[in-house]
Amino acid sequence: MSVEFSFLLVQALSGLASASSLFIIASGLTLVFGVTRIVNFAHGSFYMLGAYVAVSIVPWLLQIERSPTLFFVGVLISACVVGVLGVVMEILLLRRIYKVPELFQLLATFGVVLMVQDAVLYFWGPLDIAGPRAPGLRHGVMILDQRFPAYELFLIAAGPVVLGLLWLLMHKTRFGILLRAATRDRDMVGALGVNQALLFTGTLFLGAFLAGLGGALQIPRVSASAQMDLSIITEAFVVTVIGGMGSIGGAFLAALLIGQLQAFGVLIFPKITLVLVFLLMALVLVVKPWGLLGRPESTAGHTALPEGIMQPRGFAAAEKLLLLLAVLAAASVPIFGDTYTIKVATEVLIFALAAFSLNFLVGNGGIVSFGHAAYFGLGAYASGLLVTKLGMPMEPALIAAPLAGGFFAALFGFFIVRLQGIYLAMLTLAFAQIAYAVCFQWVEVTGGDNGIVGVWPSTWAASRSAYHYIVLVAAMAGILALRHVIYAPFGASLRAARDSAQRAEAIGIDVRTHRWLGFTIAGAAAGLAGGLYAFSKGSIDPTLLGIPLSVDFLAMILLGGMQTVMGPVLGAAAFHSIKDIFMPLTDHWRFLLGASIIALVLIFPRGLGGAYAALRARFSGGAP
Amino acid sequence: MDSIFFGRRALLAGGAGLAAAAAGRGAAAQGAPIRIGELNSYSRMAAFCIPYRNAMQMAAEQINAAGGVMGGRRLEFIFRDDGATPGDAVRVAEELLTRENVSFIAGTFLSNVGLAVADFANQRKRLFFATEPLSDAITMAQGNRYTWRLRPSTFMQTRMLVEAARGRTQKRWAIVAPNYEYGQSAAANFKRLIGGAIPGAEIIAEQYPALGRVDAGATVGALAQARPDAIFNVLFGPDLTAFVREGNTRGLFERRFVLSLLTGEPEYMIPLGDETPEGWVVTGYPWEQVEGAEHRAFVEAYRARFNDTPRKGSLLGYVTVQVLANMLNRANSLDNEVLVDTLRDLRTETVVGNVTMRGIDQQGSMGTWVGETTQRNGQGTMRNARYADGADYMFPEEEVRAARRA
Repeated sequence: MSVEFSFLLVQALSGLASASSLFIIASGLTLVFGVTRIVNFAHGSFYMLGAYVAVSIVPWLLQIERSPTLFFVGVLISACVVGVLGVVMEILLLRRIYKVPELFQLLATFGVVLMVQDAVLYFWGPLDIAGPRAPGLRHGVMILDQRFPAYELFLIAAGPVVLGLLWLLMHKTRFGILLRAATRDRDMVGALGVNQALLFTGTLFLGAFLAGLGGALQIPRVSASAQMDLSIITEAFVVTVIGGMGSIGGAFLAALLIGQLQAFGVLIFPKITLVLVFLLMALVLVVKPWGLLGRPESTAGHTALPEGIMQPRGFAAAEKLLLLLAVLAAASVPIFGDTYTIKVATEVLIFALAAFSLNFLVGNGGIVSFGHAAYFGLGAYASGLLVTKLGMPMEPALIAAPLAGGFFAALFGFFIVRLQGIYLAMLTLAFAQIAYAVCFQWVEVTGGDNGIVGVWPSTWAASRSAYHYIVLVAAMAGILALRHVIYAPFGASLRAARDSAQRAEAIGIDVRTHRWLGFTIAGAAAGLAGGLYAFSKGSIDPTLLGIPLSVDFLAMILLGGMQTVMGPVLGAAAFHSIKDIFMPLTDHWRFLLGASIIALVLIFPRGLGGAYAALRARFSGGAP
Repeated sequence: MDSIFFGRRALLAGGAGLAAAAAGRGAAAQGAPIRIGELNSYSRMAAFCIPYRNAMQMAAEQINAAGGVMGGRRLEFIFRDDGATPGDAVRVAEELLTRENVSFIAGTFLSNVGLAVADFANQRKRLFFATEPLSDAITMAQGNRYTWRLRPSTFMQTRMLVEAARGRTQKRWAIVAPNYEYGQSAAANFKRLIGGAIPGAEIIAEQYPALGRVDAGATVGALAQARPDAIFNVLFGPDLTAFVREGNTRGLFERRFVLSLLTGEPEYMIPLGDETPEGWVVTGYPWEQVEGAEHRAFVEAYRARFNDTPRKGSLLGYVTVQVLANMLNRANSLDNEVLVDTLRDLRTETVVGNVTMRGIDQQGSMGTWVGETTQRNGQGTMRNARYADGADYMFPEEEVRAARRA
């Protein structure tokens, strides 16, 4: 098959059109991050809302007159509406939590994502809604001998226009100059007397406007559907990270790169879209730790106190009692509860171990992982594959789980721990997605997305109660071992490396090796949790490595309180219970889950564990 | 914006209807109600699952009003969201069995969820009536005694389409399918079957965009470049809309024969609107053209009750309840072993005609409609549609025996 020039040209144009659309969305995300440092998960929701508002407004406008002008007026109105929604989110939610740890803000925006998903279903119904085509741009244009949609030619132009307008805004207006200043050093901007609240509100308007614009511009191409938020948000994140967080030019470059790779990648590897962007992100971050055009985070080194476990305390007498009671309660579940209660309790224990291992990284090591489920899932796959493919019994298969989790954590961690902050987090996400894609795609071995069933415990452990005790023992052993490490000199070294890498180096701590080892240990513990989970469910499948589960783990440690050692256990119990209570109640459980997350963030900005620590400090008069 | 408040109104109507049925005709069905646990992705796959649940409720009410099942016992469905992940679904199934004391479970949409629940049911030795998951594995390689499926599988629907292409002359085929099990296995089935229907047919291009994230421009470009005579499409939902629009503008479908799975189902056809392509051969559900008094009564009752047209999900939900009610009446017992044995080769007269649960692979013979797409008043519909009885398109028996023995 000879490849003609005209085809290559048109394929490149297709790539440019996708790149343009992606850039418009990602530019808003990168702006908001640059100024507020908030990793705004809800950006994808704004994109979705943009599309939904547009498919409601634009047809109505077109009834007045089928003119291109009215179409674009409708698109701009939709974007403005979404911009206002961004302002609402800033005023009602974000403004109250700028002072809490950055991760908490991420969790709050994730709560917004859940609520918006259900709100969209409620207001617009479950059916996809196809928007009208743009009048005057419906046709195809002949380019050499190929037909190319006129609307996509328009989109190709729209990206650079938005880039140009943003450049003008950033360089020629006072607001833009303040935005750039805040991106460089927001504390300094505040100290110089700039009204930060107004600045942040303005930024959120602009960010949400761009997301809404991106969504509204898509309506002639894709139908508005309730799943479009999550499909775009990861891609938008990847673009901003590859470009360098906060860099609009970088985002443009990254979008171009992804658009072209996608357009030509599908010719050679028709299944590449699943993983392409993550491969690219991993590659870029390994080579350029701050993205293509990003700067090292200027705030690193002189921020406020790092968030996380500061001074781990031993258990006081009362807490020993509490702990004993908790263990007794967990142990007596099989005596008093029905099989369902046992199942839920077993899952809580498993998630407690996974969350604890994540907080070992986040709270103690300052290594924020967005992809912790990867090690959980790989542990589950190791166990599951040994049992189903090699016919091994449960016991050795369970031992393989932490080994697999640890092995892959060591492998990925080698690259991950070289990075800092959000870039590190995104590299964990990239590796997790690559592992996910392998499990998803390697159908012969992993069963693809259907996964593998028949992962059941050995006969002696088959009953719910027996398995519950196995999990209880294993999870407690894992948690206590990790807790011991936190209190050991190794844990203290990790905290030192977290608080100041330079000083830690100066006193002779090999920071990178410590972090690498810490990452491996946490991966092994997560792997063990994954193995336990596989046997409790009887099946493995790629959702065990997916982003939603990683986010769940983050939610657990944040709800529990990442500054506390035992908080994640509490968080796992709380999160799983909330989900378990709401899911049977209503179809709109995601809305309630999201609302509860936001409520908890607002009421307990330091998590449940933090609230307990504060309470204890008040009564004992000691330092928190 | 007719649909904005549809969800709530339907729920209210449903609640009122239930109350009326309970109060007015309570005498009709007596004895302890028979509870059936129904878990599905009501939240994630709402477009399909909500009409499905609506119809189930309607069917249960009609049966209860007419005296219930097993000599006067009410039929009661306990609906639960399965969270659209296997992990959540298995927990929910456990909850239904232990907390809600349901006699058995039904439902699930996604194949991975269906397979996980099927294996769970096998462990617990409880009946699982898989209604929607299409994966062949559920009744073939991973089939088990307790799992039965009603809807025609990926293989059956692909076979119906391939049969409809018999006698065509197009030899150069391109495949476009979402990159997950459903898409992959539809493509594999197609590759296996097409040579039998069109001798000399070859696959010259394949595209597998990620589910829900099709890059329509690049995909259409890649397909067009291969210059196929015909296309086999497995995309559905938002991916389908994007693909069709892009293909229409770029002329991908001009003078090309297209076979397309599920495209004629109202769930996926309605969003296509005036972009619905002309003359694609599809499987679907042209509810307004289906003859038969019983089916027409079903459509009318559904429209009156929910102020909306029925979807494929509605039909499936209704037929599910008809089959389950028949099973309960025949078995006259809630012992799951008896229920499973009763299902074996059970024949039920439903609104789509006779449906037999074939014993050898535990697959229902419910069929679907095969026809050509066309437009009427700016809306997509089907023409020359005929009902393809599932019984004619099942896996050959020896193949089932080989697959299920393993």
